[in-house]
Amino acid sequence: MSLPTQNAIDCDLHPAVPGVKTLLPYFDEYWRDAIVNRGIDRLNLDITSYPPGAPLSGRADWRPARGNPGSDLDLLRRQALDTFGTGCGILNCLHAAQMFHGEDMAAAFCRAVNDWLAKEWLEREPRLRASIVVPTQNPELAVEEIERRAADRRFVQVLMLAGDEMPLGRRHYWPIYAAAERHGLPLGIHAGSLYRHAPTPGGWPSYYLEDYVSYAAGLESTLLSLIAEGVFVKFPRLKAVFIESGFTWLPACLWRFNKTWRGVRSEIPWVDRPPAEVVRDHIRFTLQPVDAPPNPGQLERVIEQMGSDELLLFSTDYPHWQFEGEAALPAELPRHLWRKILIDNPLDTYPRLSEAARQASEERLS
Amino acid sequence: MDRHVVAAVGEIAPGGSKLVTVKGRPIALFNVGGEYFAFFNTCPHAGASLCGGTIVRPVESSGPGNYRLAQDRAMLRCPWHGWQFDLRSGEAWCDPETLKARNYHVAVAPGSDLVKGPYVAETFPVAVERDYIVIEI
Amino acid sequence: MTTELRERHGATAETRLSVIDCDIHPTMGSLSDLNPWLAKRWQQHIVTYGEFVRQGLSKTLSHPRMQPAVSRADAWPPNGGLPGSHLPFMQEQHLDPNGVVYGVLQPLRPNGNSQRNLEFGAALSSALNEWQLETWTRRDKRLKGSIAVTQEWPEAAIKEIERHAGNRDFIQVSLPPRSDEPLGRRRYWPIYRAAAEAGLPIGLHVSGVNGHSSTASGAPSFYIEEHHNNVQSMQGVVTSFVLEGVFEEFPTLKLVLIEGGFAWVPALAWRLDAHWAKMRNEVPHVKRPPSDYIREHIWYTTQPIEEPEKPEHLIDLFEWIGWDRLLFSTDYPHWDFDDPHTVFKIRIPEARKRQIFRGNAERLYGLG
Repeated sequence: MSLPTQNAIDCDLHPAVPGVKTLLPYFDEYWRDAIVNRGIDRLNLDITSYPPGAPLSGRADWRPARGNPGSDLDLLRRQALDTFGTGCGILNCLHAAQMFHGEDMAAAFCRAVNDWLAKEWLEREPRLRASIVVPTQNPELAVEEIERRAADRRFVQVLMLAGDEMPLGRRHYWPIYAAAERHGLPLGIHAGSLYRHAPTPGGWPSYYLEDYVSYAAGLESTLLSLIAEGVFVKFPRLKAVFIESGFTWLPACLWRFNKTWRGVRSEIPWVDRPPAEVVRDHIRFTLQPVDAPPNPGQLERVIEQMGSDELLLFSTDYPHWQFEGEAALPAELPRHLWRKILIDNPLDTYPRLSEAARQASEERLS
Repeated sequence: MDRHVVAAVGEIAPGGSKLVTVKGRPIALFNVGGEYFAFFNTCPHAGASLCGGTIVRPVESSGPGNYRLAQDRAMLRCPWHGWQFDLRSGEAWCDPETLKARNYHVAVAPGSDLVKGPYVAETFPVAVERDYIVIEI
Repeated sequence: MTTELRERHGATAETRLSVIDCDIHPTMGSLSDLNPWLAKRWQQHIVTYGEFVRQGLSKTLSHPRMQPAVSRADAWPPNGGLPGSHLPFMQEQHLDPNGVVYGVLQPLRPNGNSQRNLEFGAALSSALNEWQLETWTRRDKRLKGSIAVTQEWPEAAIKEIERHAGNRDFIQVSLPPRSDEPLGRRRYWPIYRAAAEAGLPIGLHVSGVNGHSSTASGAPSFYIEEHHNNVQSMQGVVTSFVLEGVFEEFPTLKLVLIEGGFAWVPALAWRLDAHWAKMRNEVPHVKRPPSDYIREHIWYTTQPIEEPEKPEHLIDLFEWIGWDRLLFSTDYPHWDFDDPHTVFKIRIPEARKRQIFRGNAERLYGLG
């Protein structure tokens, strides 16, 4: 009996780099030498946003016997792709490369990670696609990395974390957006942070759980920045995908943004229509975590309040623990939205998802 | 529709405003560079008194980082939440299709015309040698 | 006019409206207005070194607002002075015609709670509290004050709370959501002990200059963003209080979130519950689902009222948060003021309206 997720496009999968040593073949001679001589290949480059041992970082039945969750392609094939009948899955590799302060090291590592993704994952599993990991520390170097990957149509998105040095709408980052728009690559903005700043306006929380909850706010303020700075005015063909951001916070955000805009729009005169409209045209949200309301009918009500059925993109967030068993689609999700969430919205959002994949999905469905 | 004399020309300085009552309705009257505009005084958003509002030129833009005061358009900005209404059409800047501030036709008429009638002058004696601001409601 | 005449005047001017306004901003002309309650040293300090905060601009807000004095254009007293500085005009323009039976004061300047010089901050806070009494609450019995304290110096804060705890002119302790560390952290607990023992809620009005930006990605460019990010500061406070177990430690403690909106509350509660369920082993002291604590310990003022695209969705919010959690407020004299006559754009049952306008605040603050 096939799941409703048959042929779906899973917009958030997390491959894990087993260790720096794995990446060594993908550096040039200088970096390989430096990494070994400095002992960087012996460092544990775990990132604060996803402690590998934390319950969220790997559902118990998805953890490999050895290594970090998401480090094993065979497991991902079986557990994420085969189990759900997924037609196509997008890899978002969250890696220390984006955390380094040094631009050149960050750029070298990003390049190595992307090379590794291409060779060890995309080559070996035709259902997979990937986001380009970029060094936002230096937008020019990030653009170079995008240009390097652009011809490989299996790279379908540019990956950034919501918590960067500056709010992501700032003009400082626009060369990245210009390149992304040029190449038909949405911006994938993932929950989490480089931790250049305290996660909350009140400072540094005590607990990982507290930080994780605050990641939704990180995406909300990113939304404000992208719209207020006019990113989508300057780059009208660009879309942003908020990944692992949650979405039940969105209606409250849109209402408040519209309300304030009506009073103070002369501060940002290039935003000449209600912000909620711009969001509905340009921003998408992956499904997991749902952060669902507890009562029957409420989730449907919240989705109605979101004001568009084009906003949600199916995701499992594998191997992060967001649901039990095969319940990637919450029971309360209205059936009439399934096809849009599972297939249509992702296809509309990611122009690079190949014609072949699109065709294959549609053929299998009919 | 009746014509109502609400003020004499010269009473409201350019850039100024006056609250008048016509047919029991509070009306905010503005002198913008010698031209007069009249609005139902209650802001359709939250009921503020528009008479306390400001006449502003809306800010236009060719794109992020570009700011330009409109050349040929003015708005009435509500004193509370800052909603702006087109001075001529009354349309809300942020929602022109569905929201407007009720406005009225205003004319300047010489006393010599007005004494011939018809008009409703609730509080105004009209002198032949002066000009007056007349609202149609 | 005498105080009694004012009260009678207010009473007869009262329309069918009868509200408790849980957020009014009294203003002073300059910091030297506090001199009657400041030692000479601090009177001079204001003039010499002055305000000293974690920001490039020392005496003004990081993001200039869109209206002069952040205020309604019609709230400038005719006889001069800043909006909110003249009690008779406040009575005439707001308290009397809007049926205010009680008004809760939230002075925003000076911000003793954000001064890097803690002694200076404590002196300012103390003087600010005396100013509230002398200039406002003693002259109009409808007005109630909020005890300003220096949360970064808990001993001084506790002294200040104890000084005023018995005085019914003060009905809450005031803390800024943007503090040096998230407010749920243990270093602030002695303050909560003192407040709980005094039976005083903690009023958290959007404010605080703490050197942290309003987003996890740094400071935004525009006021429109900074204004909206008040929501983020409130979310951080709620999460911190819940996950640090403050409500387990102080079961009678109450929080009032002021001017932070409320539409965000349900989704935060759902998110907290979802992830606590998986990672409660990190916070074993949190014994119940976060939404339980939120439902029992936290209230929200209504201004700026939420304006859903479909007005009837406002009812959803009230249902999901709890009708008993909402406290009407106007934010007088600020620009995004809510007028009680027009604040609700949809029909709300009369009993519910009375609850929000008055009943909930009566119960919470013991006014009645």
